[in-house]
Amino acid sequence: MIEISKFIVGYLILQGAILSLIAAIGVIRLPDVYTRNHAASKSATLGVISILLGLFLQYILIDHHANSRVLLGIIFVFVTAPVAGHLISRAAYNTGVPLWNKSVQDDLAKVRSKQKSR
Amino acid sequence: MKTNDVIFQTATKVIVFIIILYSLHLFFSGHYTPGGGFIGGLMTAGALVLLLLAFDIKTVVNTLPLDYIKLTATGLLIAVLTGIGSFFFKVPFLTHTFSYVELPFLGETALATAVLFDLGVYLVVIGVTMTIIQTIGETE
Repeated sequence: MIEISKFIVGYLILQGAILSLIAAIGVIRLPDVYTRNHAASKSATLGVISILLGLFLQYILIDHHANSRVLLGIIFVFVTAPVAGHLISRAAYNTGVPLWNKSVQDDLAKVRSKQKSR
Repeated sequence: MKTNDVIFQTATKVIVFIIILYSLHLFFSGHYTPGGGFIGGLMTAGALVLLLLAFDIKTVVNTLPLDYIKLTATGLLIAVLTGIGSFFFKVPFLTHTFSYVELPFLGETALATAVLFDLGVYLVVIGVTMTIIQTIGETE
């Protein structure tokens, strides 16, 4: 039982670390603010949640005490990180940060030009 | 340009309760585990600041009509009164004690008078932080 638990915990924490690394590489490699934000908010959120889940399972399966604060942290990160990404992205769009020059679709631009012409 | 804050405000409505609950947990767990009045107060102030960010100052003052300067004064008064209370038992100033009490739902619980001093610290920290932030936010 302990050996299987250690395997699962190790897998979850490794998965979280690798996802965070992928998020960091995405932030460096991707071309504009919006794609970078996409990489950072999604991948890093899942990475942190994986690490926290591994920690929770380590506590409950190996050390035999349930730590509800870690569960609360998972819920908190799961709710707040996408909202933070949305707010940063919207602030970037509203202050006029340009899209990548190969972007093909910008639905907000029509609405914005309508609001300005009023 | 009028902005649409529905996502931010809805997330805030859910998150504020989690933050306040966790700050109360930190406040009450300060005797045996990391936590206490200072960090609990800072975290409650953080929840109130999140409310101020998501909604405007008028809405927050209407929902939570607290005078933070009076809150600071109340906290200081509580802290001093726990010190003066020790005079009634012929012991030096600020001597704290604790005892085990049978509570209806919680069973045997250790109740310490240091919690009352911590309550004073908690109120002072909330009051000072919110006074600073509201004064900075209101001046143009």
